[in-house]
Amino acid sequence: MATITLTPQKGILRRPMATTGFWSWFTTVDHKKIGIMYGLSSFLFFVLGGCEALLIRSQLAKPSNTLLNADQYNQIFTMHGVTMIFLFVMPMSAAFFNYLIPLMIGARDVAFPRLNALSFWVFLLGALFLNSSWFLGGAPDGGWFAYAPNSTTDPGNGLTFYALGLLITGIASTVGAINLAVTVINMRAPGMSLFRMPPFVWMGLVVQFLLAFSLPIITVALFQLLFDRRWDTAFFDPTRGGEPLLWQHMFWLFGHPEVYILILPAFGIFSEILPVFARKPLFGYQFVVFSGIAIGFIGFGVWAHHMFAAGLGPVANTAFGISTAIIAVPTGVKIFNWMGTLYGGDLHLDSPMLFALGGIAMFVIGGLSGVTHSIVPSDYQQTDTYYIVAHFHYVLFGGAIFAIFGAAYYWWPKVFGRMLPEKWGKVQFWILLIGFNLTFAPMHILGLGGMIRREYTYPAALGLTVWNQVSSVGAFTIALSVLLFIIMVIRTQLKPAGLENEDPWDARTLEWTTSCPPPVYNFEEIPTVHSLDEFWHRKYAEDESGRLVRVPAGGSGEDHHSDGHPIHLPSPSFWPLVVSFGFPMLGYGVLYYAWWLVAAGALVIVVGLTGWALEPSVAE
Amino acid sequence: MPSKLLWVVGAILLTLLLVGCGKDLPQNTFNPAGPTAQSEKDVLIVPLIIAGIVFVGVEGGILFLALKFRHRKGKERMPSQLHGNTRLELGWTVAPAVLLAVVMVPAISLIWKLAQRPPDAMQVTVQGYQWWWGFQYTDADMAVDYGDHGPITTADVMVIPAGRTIDLSLRSEGGGAHSTDGTPDHQVIHSFWAPRLFGKQDVVPGAAGEGNHIVFSAWEPGIYWGQCAEFCGLEHAMMKFRIVALNPTDWANWVQARKQPSSTPAPGSDAEKGMQIFFGTGQEGQGMGQCIACHSIGGTSAVSTAAPNLSDFGNPSHPCFAGCDFDTFVPGPDGQLQPNYAALQAWLEDPNAVKLGAKMPDYNLSQQQIQYLMAYLYSLS
Repeated sequence: MATITLTPQKGILRRPMATTGFWSWFTTVDHKKIGIMYGLSSFLFFVLGGCEALLIRSQLAKPSNTLLNADQYNQIFTMHGVTMIFLFVMPMSAAFFNYLIPLMIGARDVAFPRLNALSFWVFLLGALFLNSSWFLGGAPDGGWFAYAPNSTTDPGNGLTFYALGLLITGIASTVGAINLAVTVINMRAPGMSLFRMPPFVWMGLVVQFLLAFSLPIITVALFQLLFDRRWDTAFFDPTRGGEPLLWQHMFWLFGHPEVYILILPAFGIFSEILPVFARKPLFGYQFVVFSGIAIGFIGFGVWAHHMFAAGLGPVANTAFGISTAIIAVPTGVKIFNWMGTLYGGDLHLDSPMLFALGGIAMFVIGGLSGVTHSIVPSDYQQTDTYYIVAHFHYVLFGGAIFAIFGAAYYWWPKVFGRMLPEKWGKVQFWILLIGFNLTFAPMHILGLGGMIRREYTYPAALGLTVWNQVSSVGAFTIALSVLLFIIMVIRTQLKPAGLENEDPWDARTLEWTTSCPPPVYNFEEIPTVHSLDEFWHRKYAEDESGRLVRVPAGGSGEDHHSDGHPIHLPSPSFWPLVVSFGFPMLGYGVLYYAWWLVAAGALVIVVGLTGWALEPSVAE
Repeated sequence: MPSKLLWVVGAILLTLLLVGCGKDLPQNTFNPAGPTAQSEKDVLIVPLIIAGIVFVGVEGGILFLALKFRHRKGKERMPSQLHGNTRLELGWTVAPAVLLAVVMVPAISLIWKLAQRPPDAMQVTVQGYQWWWGFQYTDADMAVDYGDHGPITTADVMVIPAGRTIDLSLRSEGGGAHSTDGTPDHQVIHSFWAPRLFGKQDVVPGAAGEGNHIVFSAWEPGIYWGQCAEFCGLEHAMMKFRIVALNPTDWANWVQARKQPSSTPAPGSDAEKGMQIFFGTGQEGQGMGQCIACHSIGGTSAVSTAAPNLSDFGNPSHPCFAGCDFDTFVPGPDGQLQPNYAALQAWLEDPNAVKLGAKMPDYNLSQQQIQYLMAYLYSLS
């Protein structure tokens, strides 16, 4: 049996040693614990964003409703978008990447474990900072897109919270992106060539590059917004030579890659679940991978399709209409390959598979409505209407959230050593699918029928009351489905851990070669990889007639002979937590012109980073 | 269970169909009332049909595969380990690309067609404020016959001749200093949209040259709805407008009337007392007259452009006010249009209670003053 060696250090820079217990979560650098914390906190923000959605749908359930006034509604729709994008889907993807990438590539941890902890804590504190605006004079109310100069002239602190909050969470995403990219490039197990990586890892790698290249753009834009609001600069002020459209270009130059940052993890999840439950390899693996990379590149060249009505002129509108149509091609390639994976399979329609199939089916609808946006003249009619709201919810809810639920059912036994109840999982899927379509399908009609986005009320004479009501009923149906999931999770987690079968889905990838949940060191022996779907090929071999037969346990594949040698693991550290506290201090300091707080925040960061640099590495 | 999916899919298709039938919806993009909206709808039809075919093919394919190849209890079966097929891959890469190239051709040609500005079109400048629309008729033959002979100006309602091609210049206005909370009226981005007549174009402050343009016409006389489509702050939802298209006779009469100063109320009438409050003159005007700081009325000393022009407030061709937050005329018991005194009274009592963030302050007017002002405003024609 392998052992972990941790020798206590002496002195003020002593590293914390506890790897179990409540306080160990604050100092952990274990990618699995960090992944779980990412998952839990982003799920809580999902619930918060969902409650905001329910308020929106309650307000719009009848015409000329006065449940919310304009001010409240603007804050709520803004924070619904900001929360779902920046505080739920992005960190939830980070949760899965964090937990799974090292396990899938046969590594013991990520490349920079302490940076990983820093990512999480900065994200969490940035998210709390952003949401503290509710209690400090009002949340951001300029839309998640915060178009200038409305965003620079809007009174109150809301949009200053927006700029600062997203700058802070942006640090978390940038640090995380570099960390995970280096992990995938450098930490793969022997034999794990790039084209033996599971598609989820591939999509993860593409996403980290998208983050690393797109976040700097929004960072600059957010600083300009902050300076316009706080120190009266004129980046976006047309009366003093600024340019309002500059914000839109920079925002969407980030914002469109962001869409793929949100959806590519879902593509990776679909590409993992489908082969397992079809019991055959992913159809056209290389094409799925390359189409993901192509989407990453083309995703940087379509930003102005958010601006077709902004008056960029016919040349720009033509060019971006074409690029928008082009990006449909690699997306279509993925869908056809998933269908190819289904073909001839032995499809086990368990919960993860249902969510994957439902997610693909819903994403197709969003993809098709997306293609209609490339028909620029008709986009003059559709843009800024509910047609767009329908489109991107089919893409992001239909794609990303169905995938996230599917992934939760699929990897729950891996992470927690317990199965989520299969029967109730199916029930939850059908409720979600029905609620989802009730909510968002009518929005196509609302948009084409002339209802604009972001309006806190509409007159009965618009003639769209019925469809708004259907949509509101649908939203509460979705809420019921999510509630069912929460109940299931709580009941499951109250049961003792322990699986009859540590490979419950007959899976294909390396993370299932270790125990459930995995030991802190992941693998007793770093595995040697011989093929794509390594675990599958350890379990099955071809017989004389070319048919797959199960290899008797221990009969082939890797033979493990643990010799009890020590495993080098990074020690916990409290410095990431310390450093991360500096950022919201800077934020509040800038917000309230409290320069002592700015100085204190800077000091915390400097001291934290110094301690970080000087603390001893692991025990000798 | 998958039959439920079929139902959902069927429901989506059915509902999409229903949109095409919703002819009476005032903002239905699928019920165009002019050539611009018509072309924007037509160019979508072929892509929608193709999308519908792909939709049925792919969704049906997923459903078919999921049912046909589903695992049956007790039947252990190891599927053949198919890794891919290069020919298929090339096929489903190239085919969609070709299809998209084909549907893009008419779309691109329409982009260029819509960008053309016919030289003989009637020129109207659209002004976006927080949160209402102003309209200036800048053609030489549309100047008023009084004062500085400036362009005919309206607010919330754009009156046009049916059948005539209009060329809109879109401008974002701001700088009005008058407000309840001290925040000025900012120049922000709006978007001008009347779904049955034309797709939207953004109103961008500081845009080079004359800003963005929309060229359109209405086939038939009628009242067409529109509203700001780009989020522009607190009362974005209440930044609506109407386009009233008139037949040639009505149009000529309207232009003639607009070129004249607004009507003056009869001496001794309630309306005259209201006028005194409005201008701060005479007996009723003691300590009043704040209205003219922001509003203008044709042919009078009220010339400020910070707030909507009230010249034809009492004219039924001007059906709404305050970003079309309320209708100025509503059908009475006999079906005839009559002034909407209730809405105007609520507005004058406290504009912010009607429209949060409205720049007009609450002047603590007495009920008597409100009655006089309403009589004056509805006398303006």
